[in-house]
Amino acid sequence: MKKNLTLILQLFLQSARLQKKRATLTIAALAWGTVTILLLLAFGEGLKQQMMSNEQAMGNNLAILWPGETTIAYKGLPPGHAVRPRIEDVDFARPRMPELDAIWAELTSWRTALAYGRKTVNGRVIGTIADYGNPRKHFPRPGGRFLNPDDENEKRRVVFLGNEMAKDIFGDEEPVGKTLLINNSPFTVIGVMQRKRQSSTYGGPDAQHAVIPQSTFKAVLGDDRVNVVVFRVKKASDMDQALKHLSQVLGPRLGFDPEDSHAFGVWNTVEGQKMSEKIFIGLELFFGIIGALTLIIGGVGVANIMYAVVKERTKEIGVKMALGARSAWITGPFVLEGLVYTFLGGLFGALIAIVIVTGLGFVKLEGNDVLEFLGHPTLSWPIGAATIGILGLCGLAAGYFPARRAAAIDPASTLRYE
Amino acid sequence: MTAIIEMQGIRKVYDTGKVKVEALKGIDFSVQQGEFVAVVGPSGSGKSTLMNLIGCLDTPTEGRYRLGGEDVSKFTRDALADVRNRRVGFVFQGFNLLPQISAFENVELPLLFGGVPPKKRRERVEELLTKVGLSERMDHKPTELSGGQMQRVAIARALAMKPDVVLADEPTGNLDTSAGGDIMGLFTELWRQGSTLVVITHDLTLARRAGRVVEIKDGKIVSDGEVAA
Repeated sequence: MKKNLTLILQLFLQSARLQKKRATLTIAALAWGTVTILLLLAFGEGLKQQMMSNEQAMGNNLAILWPGETTIAYKGLPPGHAVRPRIEDVDFARPRMPELDAIWAELTSWRTALAYGRKTVNGRVIGTIADYGNPRKHFPRPGGRFLNPDDENEKRRVVFLGNEMAKDIFGDEEPVGKTLLINNSPFTVIGVMQRKRQSSTYGGPDAQHAVIPQSTFKAVLGDDRVNVVVFRVKKASDMDQALKHLSQVLGPRLGFDPEDSHAFGVWNTVEGQKMSEKIFIGLELFFGIIGALTLIIGGVGVANIMYAVVKERTKEIGVKMALGARSAWITGPFVLEGLVYTFLGGLFGALIAIVIVTGLGFVKLEGNDVLEFLGHPTLSWPIGAATIGILGLCGLAAGYFPARRAAAIDPASTLRYE
Repeated sequence: MTAIIEMQGIRKVYDTGKVKVEALKGIDFSVQQGEFVAVVGPSGSGKSTLMNLIGCLDTPTEGRYRLGGEDVSKFTRDALADVRNRRVGFVFQGFNLLPQISAFENVELPLLFGGVPPKKRRERVEELLTKVGLSERMDHKPTELSGGQMQRVAIARALAMKPDVVLADEPTGNLDTSAGGDIMGLFTELWRQGSTLVVITHDLTLARRAGRVVEIKDGKIVSDGEVAA
């Protein structure tokens, strides 16, 4: 067996010496194919990761509920009865729903005057509790903070600004610590939101609103109507159950039948997440198939060349057989040749792709909408493994089929006629 | 004397699906060790087919063939390859050297297949090329050699593994008279040194140098006799 392998290697090296130019072109073609598939998959992966992070910029595992009207008669109340949750109802539900990470009510004022110096901006103001901050990804820039329970308890006049609104009002000045007039009442800016790329919203982009404590909202703006109730489940798989549970808890209090699905308008983001996942998988599959096809074309190119080589060397192969070469020593060098071409082509292709992807990693995304959407191309181990797998198969096939052809040569007929 | 080649009732039929051609129609043929046999006959008589069978490049449709005492008629492909490597040496009309490697590497090839270690290979190749008078041209490629020189390299190659029999198919066919004469001289010398030779030839001067002439016609042996010295 070892003798076989060394002999095959020797025969391969002998023939490789003689066709350097052909070898170089073949390897270059395979390298090209490899670069293509790797870049395609890397862009696909980068896109997927960026879209996922954009989607989750609002927060994940959330359900947003807008109060609606009943459609089923309940305990003497006719259908068409408006459902009006209050802050106390949310407080009532909270301890009864351990499957939730957080649940809160949001009070909203759609057009409120916010003034600083001579600048006045009309914007959205949300009144909510500290629990809102983390699930809704309102992370403060360094030097600031989000609302805390003391702000709520003491009805403090503090405000957390979305980054675009902050820029609008304060320009290049540091907003934190400054006094902002909201509806002519002075508020202290305690924090500004970190920039994020957000693709999902309700009510408007987070970057363009201001958040104040719920108790303060009631006091200053004189309104405690709940605009939305929002909760976050700990586990995505609990979402459907949690929605039912909430209806059961709040139905009797608010006068609607727990089975009445129109009592609240519901946006279930977990469902959306599942759909997105499917789309992403589809995208990756699509890119992968295109890349694989490109690589296969490269492999076909190699096989083509090797068939030509077999044809060219038919007489030679006949002579070798007459001199006592076993089938394996005829096919072996061809298969080896195919594998070596694909291995070297793949190696060079991979190196080039890694250099390109790493280089692109330094390009700044912010400020360019298209780049922000695409994200950075990313290579990952599964991508690498898949590419190597396909390359390996191509290499084997490219060598094997021509090799079989070679072994089937009948020495008697090739040698007889001049 | 031992029989190197023993063939009994050999038939060879080529079946292409559309036509069946019976190239050999029942041949009994033996060659003793140390004989020099010339095989003559018209085109299509079956002499090339006979050579292919003797050289184990092909297997008979019917009949028994013992080479060097071993029944090879039912051997596998790889076993036949081994037989071709160790027991048979081929010399072709068109020389059939590998054009892109040197004379040295051409002669080395059967030794490589035969698993001979590198040092022994080198010694044997140098010995053989000296024997055929080409020690000065070991590193020349076939394109740098004359017809006669190429055939001498081919003969050296055929002798590499010390075969039981040397088979030559029109060895002087592509050579001019003077080169052809050299080759005939070489064969005679090999015969004198004890090699067993079977040679197909149209060339009567070569046939006359052999010890025995076998005539084939229409797939059968029609005469087989000693040559008058």
